[in-house]
Amino acid sequence: MSAVTFEEARSPDVMASPASEPLAIPAQVARPMPKARPTPWLQTGRGRAFSAALGRILRVSLPPIIGMGLFVLLWQLVSVSSGAAGLPGPAKTWEAARALFADPFYDNGPNDMGIGWNILNSLYRVVTGFGLAAMVGIPLGFMIGRFAFLSGMLAPIISLLRPVSPLAWLPIGLYVFKETEPASLWVIFISSIWPIILNTAAGVARVPQDYLNVARVLALSEWKVFTKILFPSVLPHMMTGIRLSIGVAWLVIVAAEMLTGGSGLGFWVWDEWNNLNVEHILIAIFIVGSVGLLLEQGLLWLAKRFEYA
Amino acid sequence: MHPYLQIENVSMVFDTKNGKFHALRDINLMLDQGDFIALIGHSGCGKSTLLNLVAGLIEPSSGVLLLNDREIRGPGPDRAMVFQNHSLLPWMTCYGNVHLAVERVFGAKETRKQLKARTEAALELVHLSHAMHKYPHEISGGMKQRVGIARALAMQPKLLLMDEPFGALDALTRASLQDELMRIVQETSTTTLMVTHDVDEAVLLADRIVMLTNGPAATIGEVLSIDLPRPRDRLALAEDVRYHRLRHAVLEFLYQKQLRKAA
Repeated sequence: MSAVTFEEARSPDVMASPASEPLAIPAQVARPMPKARPTPWLQTGRGRAFSAALGRILRVSLPPIIGMGLFVLLWQLVSVSSGAAGLPGPAKTWEAARALFADPFYDNGPNDMGIGWNILNSLYRVVTGFGLAAMVGIPLGFMIGRFAFLSGMLAPIISLLRPVSPLAWLPIGLYVFKETEPASLWVIFISSIWPIILNTAAGVARVPQDYLNVARVLALSEWKVFTKILFPSVLPHMMTGIRLSIGVAWLVIVAAEMLTGGSGLGFWVWDEWNNLNVEHILIAIFIVGSVGLLLEQGLLWLAKRFEYA
Repeated sequence: MHPYLQIENVSMVFDTKNGKFHALRDINLMLDQGDFIALIGHSGCGKSTLLNLVAGLIEPSSGVLLLNDREIRGPGPDRAMVFQNHSLLPWMTCYGNVHLAVERVFGAKETRKQLKARTEAALELVHLSHAMHKYPHEISGGMKQRVGIARALAMQPKLLLMDEPFGALDALTRASLQDELMRIVQETSTTTLMVTHDVDEAVLLADRIVMLTNGPAATIGEVLSIDLPRPRDRLALAEDVRYHRLRHAVLEFLYQKQLRKAA
């Protein structure tokens, strides 16, 4: 029916008739069509659903596709304008990446390992350093949130140490541990512990009084209060802290490995810089970004599972 | 025989940032076992404070509260509380929420099977067996409040305390929950102290209505005995002259004797 009105509305005599004569339009619309045309497929129920879905997909996917396309274009422009010895272009980098990922897990001695090993090495350090930070930070956060005295005691120390640039801790680590491996773990530990402590403490301080009143009316034991009320209530805040911590740890590890050397993505970047292999540096940037994105999304997904409506 | 709950000369003064706030003074109230008392008054008159005193969540500045001849010191599961905003734990199912209370009260001397049976019976009492394994955010406000009531009753408390339990519900849901509460309280003969600001609710449910004067330093203004026969039916009461007379008495207290002080 809508197709009919559409056709009619376009007919010249309707266009000519002024809006002050609305009665003329229904009369013409009601005029029976001489022969029913089959409805075009796009106007049937299925066709409409199809075009609506297509529109939704395009609306969601088009902007990022265009954005990425422009980004690659800009990259190409910069690389072309910087000359033959300048920045490698997308095509050259892509070729290098294919060669690199063809054999990610070779091992030719400590300074020449596949890209896969380097990624795993960096991830291992992040997970270990972060794990230590969580082991100290979560209980500490709970205690700071629960006991105002402790909070007052530690607040100035935390405020003082938190803004310190992570790499400033590296010399301390090297001095104390005399080795690079524990020193880089130390840097991860100290820079990722603050978000865990602060978010956990904030979560404990924000447990709704209603829930605590339930605990009081039931006169639950301290252990039950912790397992049934405090912990589940704080968990979403804790997950935020963990997500921020891992984000920081991933930022820091590349920089730390540049300084400590040996293995890992940061070492690899610096090594390739010394070899003047700029394609590989660009690839490294993409890898660092992608792994960081995956970590973030994975933790967001995990956090969602612990959320209560 | 001593009264079941005795509130003697209780006063409550809060220390606030702006100095002392005298919330309640000279509260004297006695409850017998099986009584249903409604506390009514304008908002801010200290109804909830009085309830929290009986719950033991706060301690009186002076005076004494006795339950079964023992002084109330701190909260305990013998005085179950139904909160205005249901206060269910969102990470547990309805069953889990009720079971937490059941386990706390009976866990030491009963088997798991018995605890499960108690939990299920409590949910059955409020007609929620079908929603037992749902989470609080999956059910309606009225159902949440019913879980709150089930949690309180499952503890078999000496005293059931209700803080405007139906205040946040729509009128129809409120009416059906009031009817259910009437039935349950009669079946279990639970002694109940309920804070409300709803005159109809107070007259329908209570044996006595305790009317508080306006704060600060609120006290009991009048106590009205509701001698309507039980079981009460809201439709029949709507045409009952006694009901309207009682309702009028409460309204008169609230809007003539007390309103001028508030203004």
